[in-house]
Amino acid sequence: MPGEYLHLRLRVNGEQHQLACASHKTLLEVLREDLGLTGTKHGCELGECGACLVLVDGTPVLSCLALPQELQGREITTVEGLADGPRLHPLQQAFAELGAAQCGYCTPGFLLAAKALLAEQPAPSREAIRQALAGNLCRCTGYLKIFEAVELAARRMAGAATPGGQRSAATEAK
Amino acid sequence: MAEGETAMQPAAGASGTTAAAAAPPPPSPRRGPPAPGPDSNQGNLDSHLRPPEALRVIGQPLRRVDALAKVTGVTRFADDLVLPRMLHMKLLRSPHPHARVVAIDTREAEALPGVKAVITGRDLPIPYGILPVSQDEHALALDRVRFVGDPVAAVAAVDEETALAATERIRVEYELLPPVATVEEALQEDRERLHERTAYANVHKAVSLRFGDVEEALASAELVREDLFFYEGNTHLPLEQHAALALFDADARLTVWSSTQTPHYLHRALAKVLAPLPASRIRVIACPNGGGFGGKSDPFQHEIAAAKLAMLTGRPVKICLTREEVFYCHRGRHPVLMQVRTGFRKDGTITGMHFRTLLDGGAYGSYGVASTFYTGALQTVTYRVPVYWFEGARVFTNKPPCGPKRGHGTPQPRFALEVHLDKVAHQLGIDPAELRLRQLQPPHSLTANHLRVGSMGLRRCIEKVLEGSRWHERRGRLGRGRGLGLACSSYISGAGLPIYWNSMPHSGVQLKLDRSGGCTVFCGSTEIGQGSDSVLATWWRRSWGIDPFAIRVVTGDTDLTPVDLGSYSSRVTLMTGNAALEAASRARALLARAVGAHLGVPPSRLVFAEQRVFDSEEPERGVSFAEAVELAEARFGTVGTTGSYTPPPAPGRYKGAGVGPSPAYSYTACVAEVEVDEQTGIVRVPKVWIAHDIGRAINPVLAIGQVEGSVYMGLGEALMEEMEYRPHRRLVHKMPSMLEYKSPTALEMCEVVTYLVEDPDPNGPYGAKEVGQGPLLPVPPAIVNAVHDAVGVYIDEIPLHPHKVLAALKAKAEGREPRYGPARFPPVRYPAPLEVGLPEPTPAQPAGAAALAGTGGGRRP
Ligand code: FES
Ligand code: FES
Repeated sequence: MPGEYLHLRLRVNGEQHQLACASHKTLLEVLREDLGLTGTKHGCELGECGACLVLVDGTPVLSCLALPQELQGREITTVEGLADGPRLHPLQQAFAELGAAQCGYCTPGFLLAAKALLAEQPAPSREAIRQALAGNLCRCTGYLKIFEAVELAARRMAGAATPGGQRSAATEAK
Repeated sequence: MAEGETAMQPAAGASGTTAAAAAPPPPSPRRGPPAPGPDSNQGNLDSHLRPPEALRVIGQPLRRVDALAKVTGVTRFADDLVLPRMLHMKLLRSPHPHARVVAIDTREAEALPGVKAVITGRDLPIPYGILPVSQDEHALALDRVRFVGDPVAAVAAVDEETALAATERIRVEYELLPPVATVEEALQEDRERLHERTAYANVHKAVSLRFGDVEEALASAELVREDLFFYEGNTHLPLEQHAALALFDADARLTVWSSTQTPHYLHRALAKVLAPLPASRIRVIACPNGGGFGGKSDPFQHEIAAAKLAMLTGRPVKICLTREEVFYCHRGRHPVLMQVRTGFRKDGTITGMHFRTLLDGGAYGSYGVASTFYTGALQTVTYRVPVYWFEGARVFTNKPPCGPKRGHGTPQPRFALEVHLDKVAHQLGIDPAELRLRQLQPPHSLTANHLRVGSMGLRRCIEKVLEGSRWHERRGRLGRGRGLGLACSSYISGAGLPIYWNSMPHSGVQLKLDRSGGCTVFCGSTEIGQGSDSVLATWWRRSWGIDPFAIRVVTGDTDLTPVDLGSYSSRVTLMTGNAALEAASRARALLARAVGAHLGVPPSRLVFAEQRVFDSEEPERGVSFAEAVELAEARFGTVGTTGSYTPPPAPGRYKGAGVGPSPAYSYTACVAEVEVDEQTGIVRVPKVWIAHDIGRAINPVLAIGQVEGSVYMGLGEALMEEMEYRPHRRLVHKMPSMLEYKSPTALEMCEVVTYLVEDPDPNGPYGAKEVGQGPLLPVPPAIVNAVHDAVGVYIDEIPLHPHKVLAALKAKAEGREPRYGPARFPPVRYPAPLEVGLPEPTPAQPAGAAALAGTGGGRRP
């Protein structure tokens, strides 16, 4: 029983989209249902778990609480926009290597929250990482591997001398 | 990573493995010094973790095979699936804890534009339940609702909003019944019964098993101690909300995709409830689970209702539960009240034990009968308990049903036992670690309750955590408000018996080798986040020297994969692993014969390594793995093999002996450090040292991840997690949201030092045992024991809320018993004890004989 429809122009992962959708839809629903970007997850749809976290102009936003019509003209980044073609983002690489993703359901939200952190603080302390990720719940890992992965990615991004972060998904086998 | 393989000699490859598995377990499986590993993976590894040459491929920290899908967001969870013309389903749930359903009027809902079908209990009248003895659930209430949230009707509509609006137009006439709120009320005869079949009153199940003369042992003991404990219920809180998608196609075949841990059991439940639709026309596909922890192991109402609606409408039907509904599904940790009465000698060794439990089961049976037995099963596998008496009872109350959560029925009694022992150690003036070390259950032995213990690395686990935490120097000397506590535990590596009685294998694996040099592994196990797909892919590297990433793993699909009982009871590594090894060794034999004939060398001289099969005496003579497959195909036709695993028969022969036996037991020791604020009662846990005897670490990255995840969950249960219901007889959840159900965030998580101890078990594949659940168990009692070390009070119930700590401190200050906890154990009419007696003393078995004698025990390539 959809009520009013909206016409939206959204920029997601560098691509411009035009769509019509019911006016009550959240950004989470539009991303998953209208744009097919199911990498963004949900655990509560009430702003409590962080699974739906995306970046808007680089700032973490809980997409289950955001209305897409207010985000027109902004740059939205989802987990699908992290890798550069087949080249994984160093955070993705580190999460995969260290086992920071177990079931992987919370992972997209953590990756994006960590990306925002590293953009602000390229070499965050463990405490800063804890603070930045405190809004994201993970029930599998106990968070420790996630902290380590963020630290590893930070080191690699700073050094860039380590080739680890730059290998492509296709050749990265071990 | 390939250096292990190139160094591998054929003889070592074959017999080295068998030796590790079947020979007497080495007394202390120390390995060489750690090889420098990639990045920080090695940070926590115990130095003896490095495998010997022959096992270099097992035990490598290896990225999981599905990791890239997970970090790129392409893993397809159930709610990510969409089909053309898909309808959306919503459930109408009961607002009352206990009521008779007098009438349901769905006409107004059906009339709403966009609504395609509305069903009620009458459309699904056949009862079901996970255990054959507890077929007490209906997908939609037939005539009665038993908890707030019990589903009453289901609607399929063109979109979620319409479905939701339709549920609001369903008129249900209820006749309210007095609810049963507490275990005390459930024990009273004059209350309304939730179910017809009970032991008495609302007692679902009551058992009493006696092994030897316990009263005599207690009477002659030098010290008898009795304590009461309570472990509050809590829930799994998987991050993914349960979702299911059902499709009934033109050929009258039903497919259900679901976030389930147990596709085989769901398949059976669907076949029962949807009769006459034959089981052979039903397909269940388990999607990767966004966390399970036991919470997705029952067949659920929404799965069955979606299937029915798909059949009625001829269109795909999907439902994703809201977080609130996930709380209603529950099946979480049972609240358990416990009474422990134990006799000791002056040196702290146990002479006999009487253990009583009382479980609040909520509204339905679920796994409850098994849970009840589990609260009494594993007390005996850690420390010698010469004679043992267990009485357990589970009651029905009008709350969401409890079931299996990580550790299934064993964390509660483990908590009680470990705090009880700590108290005895203090009473006798013995170091709590020493008290435990004095009486470890010996390896390769039978317990009083007829459980066969295999390898047993608890001594080494205790030593590791004492050393790591500097126990002897630091305990009792950390200063005001700070303390250290120790606790140990054990857990099964897969239940010895299936949920329903049958003599078929518990795990099956099929292999298909193809000319590309790739291989597809078909297995019914499910990936719930623990990394089972990775473990499944890893075995082949060892057997054939081919890269796990060249293996395609097809799991959890009842049409495509042979039956595996599912991802529960920590069974995958051991059971699926053994089945996989059998299939692999059969395929290896075929390939070796074909390649041997081609090269003119005896098959025994061939080595499988580095994606090649070659002559060990002339390594340059050989073929690629792909060519080996071609040769085998030319010679034998299509190459495929199977493997299966059935656990060795349980030694116990009494009624109730089905719960507790396992092919192997894992062991864990844990030291927790706490800081207690005596002003506020707040307990902080800065650090935990934990050592887990995993038998063999197949993949240390995954194993350490499981340990840390278990510590995290144990920390949550100890400090904050609890299911709470509003009193005043409404029994509504106090907190059906992630915000109000407190769980540890990144800020509360403690530092964890993990040691993986390897005491290979003859029944495990390469000696491997479980790791997914056991390490949770010792965490809550270690924390409680540490609180005692810190401030001298025992908190005999968890979670350890600040008010409990303050109350205990107040009691201490006023000269009362310095504790907080349950004051009484209500009178329960347990049945007359089944006098099982002690097991016949078995002639000291040569270690390893078990593996040879074990029927269907793991064969190794
Ligand atoms: S789904 Fe948005 S915070 Fe949980
Ligand atoms: S990996 Fe499962 S919730 Fe974080």
